Amino acid sequence: MKKFVRIERVGQTFDTRKGAFVALRDIDLTVEQGEFITLIGHSGCGKSTLLNLIAGLTRPTSGVLLCAEREITGPGPDRAVVFQNHSLLPWLTCFQNVHLAVERVFGATEKRAQLAERTRAALDLVGLLPAQNKLPREISGGMKQRVGIARALAIEPGVLLMDEPFGALDALTRAHLQDELLKIVAKTRTTTIMVTHDVDEAVLLSDRIVMLTNGPAATIGEILPVPLSRPRDRVRLANDPTYLACRAGVVDFLHRRHGNPERSQAAAPANAVLSVVPAPLEEAAAAARAAA
Amino acid sequence: MSTVTMTTRGDAFAALGRERLESALKAVVGPVAGFALFVLVWQVVAMRIPEIPTPGVTWHAAVELFSDPFYDNGPNDKGIGWNLLASLERVAIGFGLAALVGIPVGFAIGRYAAVRAMFSPIVSLLRPVSPLAWLPLGLLLFKAANPAAIWAIFICSIWPMIINTAVGVSRVPQDYLNVARVLNLSEWKVTTKVLLPAVLPYMLTGVRLSIGTAWLVIVAAEMLTGGTGIGFWLWDEWNNLKVEHIVIAIFVIGIVGLLLETLLVALARRFTYTEE
Repeated sequence: MKKFVRIERVGQTFDTRKGAFVALRDIDLTVEQGEFITLIGHSGCGKSTLLNLIAGLTRPTSGVLLCAEREITGPGPDRAVVFQNHSLLPWLTCFQNVHLAVERVFGATEKRAQLAERTRAALDLVGLLPAQNKLPREISGGMKQRVGIARALAIEPGVLLMDEPFGALDALTRAHLQDELLKIVAKTRTTTIMVTHDVDEAVLLSDRIVMLTNGPAATIGEILPVPLSRPRDRVRLANDPTYLACRAGVVDFLHRRHGNPERSQAAAPANAVLSVVPAPLEEAAAAARAAA
Repeated sequence: MSTVTMTTRGDAFAALGRERLESALKAVVGPVAGFALFVLVWQVVAMRIPEIPTPGVTWHAAVELFSDPFYDNGPNDKGIGWNLLASLERVAIGFGLAALVGIPVGFAIGRYAAVRAMFSPIVSLLRPVSPLAWLPLGLLLFKAANPAAIWAIFICSIWPMIINTAVGVSRVPQDYLNVARVLNLSEWKVTTKVLLPAVLPYMLTGVRLSIGTAWLVIVAAEMLTGGTGIGFWLWDEWNNLKVEHIVIAIFVIGIVGLLLETLLVALARRFTYTEE
């Protein structure tokens, strides 16, 4: 398996009115081609910040991000993004929304008929070909999100980045779309990095679950592999011991070891001390080396 | 069996018709009552003050006036139709020029912080000035009444266009701009597919505000510049002491203003997208 996305010693600091705010520090992650990765953590832990860095929407304060061995310096068609709130342009039809992306990526090399065919194929992949001439306001939230996925997949990206794509949907629609996403990704073999706060979603979809510690100065706390075979079936997995073990692992991380920062203030300091100590030590060691 | 369904369906239609008629009646009753009251008060005032023409006299004068709106007896005696068209033409030209200049300027102010920093104080300073204050400058620059009046229209229309376009551009949702960024759209595509449609409703609000003021200003400007136009005509009839014609001019100006506004509201509705 080829290492496709590499994130090395990445940190992100924002300048705010109250001074510098460290959102992320020391992020190291390698994603293989065809892998499905989820980023999970409590809100405010910087998981969307990390996704934006991979998308190239923001640049890191320190460290480097690579996609297919090339540094990520800005947004590009090799990395498609599905936003939480679908972000379809309301004045364009579903077809036009997808076509805008297709035209941008393949417009220089392909004829108009081919571009239209690609657009239709992408809509067909998410099962929305019959709604191609509808405006976003005329379709449901789940359908809008599917158009967003079609738009992202239509450009044949190397990596599909999804920022809580199903967060705004009701539970049944969400489950339905998760199943569809599983099928689509199995078909296209697209490398996917998805931000979520839903434990079941993470276990059902991922090959590995990247768990982030609480912010500020969040970093990767643990990476949990999900050794479940594919295709996965949510009904059969409900009582699967491996599934349950993975689920328990994520729940344990999120709620016991790194409890919700807003609810369990008491538990946080101990963890913070544990995770912060190594960095100063390392710095001291580096300083010593430099002095020598 | 079939006749039964036919009659029930017919009844349903009749009921629907009755409902429509009732709602239409309700919509008409208020305005009609208001107008009746207005005419009544007018009649009373006219009976008390003999200089004011009664509604009846005004109506007869209007019928006479509009029986031949397009006569032409030399430069100072033209039908009301010609005068109205002259005013509309000035408004259209001044307004069109203002859109041509104001919308791109508004775009630049909204999109680039440097341009905003430079121009927004100037806009804030000049916006509250009455457009008529610019009329002498127009006369000085163009040495003729007609372009000076157009100039006044241009000045009064340009501020709402600039301001609303700029506000619209600065309020384009970040989501849409993010889409443009992740798709790496060219500046041309960003402008035509993302910015322009997102800003259009704001722009049309600016246009609508402008046409209102433009129509207010043209009457005053034409009173000062003379020549042709509904404003000049009104002033001319004052010099002729045909007070019923002044009243007619007031109504005509009001109706045309209302029509312009309605037209632009319809246009705005046509081009405004809805999110949900």
